[in-house]
Amino acid sequence: MQTTALESVHVAAGARMVPFAGWNMPVQYRGILEEAKTVREHAGLFDLGHMGRVKVYGPEAEAFLQRLQTNDAASIKPGRIRYALILNDEGLTQDDILLYRNPRDDGFFVVINAGNAQRDLERMRALAADFDCTVEDCTQSLGMIAIQGPRSQDITQQICSGDLASLGYYAWMDTEVCGVQMTLSRTGYTGEDGFEAYVPHGHEQAVWDAFIQAGAAHGLTPIGLGARDTLRHEAGMPLYGHEIDETTNPLEANLGWAVKLNHDFVGKAALERVTAAGGTGRKLIGLTTHSKRCPRQGYPIAAGEKTIGVVCSGSISPTLSESGTPTNIATAYVEEAFAEVGTELSFVVRGKAEPCVVTALPFYKRAR
Amino acid sequence: MRPDDLKFQQTHEWVKIEGDTATIGITDHAVSHLSDLVFLDLPAAGASVTIGESFGEIESVKAVSPLVAPISGEVLESNEGLSDNLEWLAEEPFGKAWMIKVKLTDTSGDLMDAAAYDAHCKAEG
Repeated sequence: MQTTALESVHVAAGARMVPFAGWNMPVQYRGILEEAKTVREHAGLFDLGHMGRVKVYGPEAEAFLQRLQTNDAASIKPGRIRYALILNDEGLTQDDILLYRNPRDDGFFVVINAGNAQRDLERMRALAADFDCTVEDCTQSLGMIAIQGPRSQDITQQICSGDLASLGYYAWMDTEVCGVQMTLSRTGYTGEDGFEAYVPHGHEQAVWDAFIQAGAAHGLTPIGLGARDTLRHEAGMPLYGHEIDETTNPLEANLGWAVKLNHDFVGKAALERVTAAGGTGRKLIGLTTHSKRCPRQGYPIAAGEKTIGVVCSGSISPTLSESGTPTNIATAYVEEAFAEVGTELSFVVRGKAEPCVVTALPFYKRAR
Repeated sequence: MRPDDLKFQQTHEWVKIEGDTATIGITDHAVSHLSDLVFLDLPAAGASVTIGESFGEIESVKAVSPLVAPISGEVLESNEGLSDNLEWLAEEPFGKAWMIKVKLTDTSGDLMDAAAYDAHCKAEG
C-alpha cells in the first residue's frame, strides 16, 4: 500500500483511512454530508497525493502529446490547462487527464488517475520511444494539495505570493506558497472555485498546515475522498470506473468537447468509424429521484418493463436536498431514445422499480 | 462499553436472547463506520430470517450494506419508528434503535461476547 506524505496528519485529524487505488487515503473526517456542505459553503482541503503526476518535455513533447491524447495540445497557450482523454486503439477510454502547458513554455505536465497511473505510464513510455521527448513520473517528487470552495481564493492569497485574482480558470502559475516555490492551478473536481498546488516533496506538511491555519477563520476543514466523490458527481464530472472506462467512448459520455479531430491520436480512427456508423446508440444522462432508495452503480434502468440502461454513479445529493426535499442523483447510460430531459424512467433495486426522471447535467452549478 | 448481556457477530450485528425471543440490531461500531445513514429496509412480522443470510439493508450516502442475521427464526415485530428516525442508531444503537424481534429456532451461529467483539473491532480498525 502506498502512502502520501500527509498520512499521519490525516490519522491525527481523526480521518478514517481506506485503501483507494493502492493508496491509503482519508475517506472521511467528520461525515460525507457535513464535509460536502463545508466545501459548498466555505472551503475544504484535500490531499490528492495519490493522483499521478507526469512531466513531459523535450523537442517533440507536443507531437508526442498529440499522439497520446484527444485534445489539441498545440493550441494550449503557456500557463493554460485542458481536460483530455487517453483512448485505446478501439477508441474506448483508458483515462481522463488534465494537460498543462508550462507557464514558461518549456514542456508539459499531465495529471492522471491513481487507478490508471501504471497503465498510463506504460502507454506513455511506449509511445514516447517514437518521439524526442522525456516522460518523467513525478508522483513521488511532488505532492498535490487542493483547496476547493468559495473561500479558496481569500484563504490561499494569505499564504501565496502570486496574484490569484489574475489567475484564470484552468490556468496555472509558478508561485510561492508559505515560502515554498511551486506551481498552482485554478482547477478542481468539486464544481467550486479553487486551486490545486503541486508541492515539492518534503514540504507537504508545512503547506497543509499553512492552509489549515490560514483557513481557520474561513471555515476550512480537511475533506475526504467520500465527499469529493459526492461533490464531483453533483457537478456532473465523470469518474473513471463509473461514467468512463474501457467499455465507453468519449462521445457517448458527452465528452466530445475534449476530442479534437485535427490531429492523429490513438483511437481516432476507431472513434470516426463509430461516428460514421451512427454512434453507439446510447448516451450518458443524469437522473434525479425523490425515492427513499438511491440508485447505485450497476442498478438497471427501465422504461416500463424494459431494461434500457444501467447506473454509473449514484448518491444522495446533499446540495439539492438543501431545499428540504431529499433528492438522490445518478448518472446512467441509456438507449438514446430515452435520453431526453424530462423522460420518466425507473431504477430497479432488488427487483423493485423506483421512479426517476432524466435531468440535465450537471446537477449542480455554482453561481458565478 | 457495550452491554454485556448481548452477543455479537463479525458483521457487527448484536443479538439479545431472552428465552425463545431474540432482539437484533447493529452495533455502535457499525453505525460509526456507515455514517450518514439514509435508508433502512427491515422485514415485516412473519418473515423468516436465517443465520448468515441478509434480513434487510441499511444504506448510507455511499453504499448499501446487508444486515446479516445472527440467529434463525420468525420475525415477531420490526421497529416501526426506526426507518424514519435513523438518528436513533447513533443515539442508542443497543436501545431504541433495535431492529427486529425474532421467535428463535436456531442459535448455532458464531457469536462473540462483548470482550471478544471489542477485540474484533480493534483488529478491524
